[in-house]
Amino acid sequence: MLRPPVPVTKYYRDEDTRKYNKTTKPIPGNDLTHQDPLRVIILIAGAFFWLLSLLLSSLVWFIAVKASNSDDPSLQRGLLIFGGIFSVLLQEVFRYAYYRILRKANEGLAAISEDESSTISVRQMAYVAGLGFGIMSGAFSMINILSDSLGPGTVGIFGDSQYYFITSALMTLAITLLHTFWGVVFFEGCEKSRWWVIGVVVALHLLVSCLSLLNPLYSGSLPPVYAIMVLMAVWAFFSAGGSLASVTQLCSRRKTDVNSS
Amino acid sequence: MADNVNVCENNDQVERPQGELRQRRDAGTTRATADNGTRGETELNGQPPTAPRAPPAHVVTDSEDDEDEELTLKYGAKHVIMLFVPVTLCMVVVVATIKSVSFYTQNDGQQLLYTPFREDTDTVGQRAINSILNASIMITVIVVMTLVLVVLYKYRCYKVIHGWLFISSLLLLFFFSFIYLGEVFKTYNVAMDYITLALIIWNFGVVGMICIHWKGPLRLQQAYLIMISALMALVFIKYLPEWTAWLILAVISVYDLLAVLCPKGPLRILVETAQERNEAIFPALIYSSTMVWLVGMADNVETKNNSSTPPQPESQAVPMTPSSPGEDDGGFTTTWVGHQEQQLGPLQSTDDTRREIQQMPSARPPADDDDEERGVKLGLGDFIFYSMLVGKASAAASGDWNTTLACFVAILIGLCLTLLLLAIFKKALPALPISITFGLVFYFATDNLVRPFMDQLAMHQFYI
Repeated sequence: MLRPPVPVTKYYRDEDTRKYNKTTKPIPGNDLTHQDPLRVIILIAGAFFWLLSLLLSSLVWFIAVKASNSDDPSLQRGLLIFGGIFSVLLQEVFRYAYYRILRKANEGLAAISEDESSTISVRQMAYVAGLGFGIMSGAFSMINILSDSLGPGTVGIFGDSQYYFITSALMTLAITLLHTFWGVVFFEGCEKSRWWVIGVVVALHLLVSCLSLLNPLYSGSLPPVYAIMVLMAVWAFFSAGGSLASVTQLCSRRKTDVNSS
Repeated sequence: MADNVNVCENNDQVERPQGELRQRRDAGTTRATADNGTRGETELNGQPPTAPRAPPAHVVTDSEDDEDEELTLKYGAKHVIMLFVPVTLCMVVVVATIKSVSFYTQNDGQQLLYTPFREDTDTVGQRAINSILNASIMITVIVVMTLVLVVLYKYRCYKVIHGWLFISSLLLLFFFSFIYLGEVFKTYNVAMDYITLALIIWNFGVVGMICIHWKGPLRLQQAYLIMISALMALVFIKYLPEWTAWLILAVISVYDLLAVLCPKGPLRILVETAQERNEAIFPALIYSSTMVWLVGMADNVETKNNSSTPPQPESQAVPMTPSSPGEDDGGFTTTWVGHQEQQLGPLQSTDDTRREIQQMPSARPPADDDDEERGVKLGLGDFIFYSMLVGKASAAASGDWNTTLACFVAILIGLCLTLLLLAIFKKALPALPISITFGLVFYFATDNLVRPFMDQLAMHQFYI
């Protein structure tokens, strides 16, 4: 059972009457940290939304597999590709749905806050939401492999590639960062109503997934994916308001700090 | 054991739900009134508030109301995190134990007394019937224990309740932790002698009893509560058979919903009785994210203002008794007194002025024992069942970590939603239903649907 919290009434001394009056306002300067809890909540909720999209897409795949002939490996592979692509599309749909929900929640928070502005900006929410998607996606891809890597075994004993673990790790890293950048760019595109941005994000996500289909041929999948990741990093940086000027300012300030210290 | 579980949901505090907004503002100056009277018209010491001297406590404006709401919702995010951390820690402890210590996943053939039917039957139908019977017996036991607790509380048999809680926590802190430590040593093949073990368990147990039932550092008390919740959850995971465990989880969340929200529900009766009596909770059953109230603190605050000696108000003229007319009036001649009275108002204290002073908030701020907000409180039973769900998921789901992770996220999101509802409705709410529902849905869905999909994807290294 959960019991509700009760804000503490603080007493401040009124200089005119020299009496102690009660207030429920926060003492200024004390409580500026309620950004962090919001960010953690948005992160976990982002992970939840990614999970929901995965659940629905695996339901679709499961039904397709059960309805089909399970002896035909190429058909199974085809169904897997279909399931994967459907999952990518559904992830982007859920990203958009999450954007709408966050916008509503943000408006609600802003409406009830004292100075009519919300404590967290859409850009921060975009970053955190993208990170939530990325963390969950990475965890689901990697954690079983990690747990198996502890156990006794030989990698690639039946003739598969020996680089399974390291390439899985590299790919997971790329996907996690990509989800973060896609989140930033996607939300910015929705904010500015630039719908072509959404189309580009979806297309890039599909491209990355299809590149991973090449996968025992790692030279065909990993370098292009990393190239796309670097491009997305630059795009997200500029989309979040960064510029060449701010980067040079950062470097020069660091140099002057080093020089002066 | 079951009683401890059940009793975990009976917890109480001084906060009163419906009248809360009003009474918060008037804290320190009013007696708790059980009626939902008109806002702002609070009766102090049986006298109506005097109009010209309306102290700040009486003035109720809408702006104060809105501010309270804003603050509650704003601080809501902080409370969510304050609960995420202990729930996560408890789950981590349980999952880590399940994955490493094989004792808790072995089937020794023993079962709890409350679940007599076995599940290793020949047919699926028989197994289903056995598990339904087990679950119903367990739930009946829990309901009976709750009712006994409510009856004991209502008839003020505090000694019995405290003795019961004392023995339960004694059992958990000494016996179950002894078994746990023994199994951990067996798993890691650590040699240990009985003397050292006795010293460790004795110290652990005694410090735990002191922290939980008396006073102790907040973090230590929270740590002990998390540990005993984890131990209890592990016991359930070991001794409850598969289908019985899932059924019990489902039924107990329904029971929690009914017991807390229905007007005649036992937990609601308990909460309301405790509010009427203005009493503090049993300390062993509730996890508090901030300082626990000192027992009877609200009484201290109120007796301060109801005390017969009024505090010296700084801006009030010091009431002086006019000396009896006589030679030795100490310089306070009648003219001087008359002059003072003209300037400052009546100097002589009368019954009326004394009463008003008593009613006003004291000129010095009351001692705030905690500068932090009064945090939100979660019953230990909730911790136990959340951890039991995640632990069962990690024990049973074919060694798959994805299921564990999915259940973990589902439970956290359920907790978040429950806290959001708490911020909206501002009354005691059941914490089990939403989280357990999400957890169960995600467990079965992930285990049956997502796991084969992710396995196939990982095999071909196809990334989505």
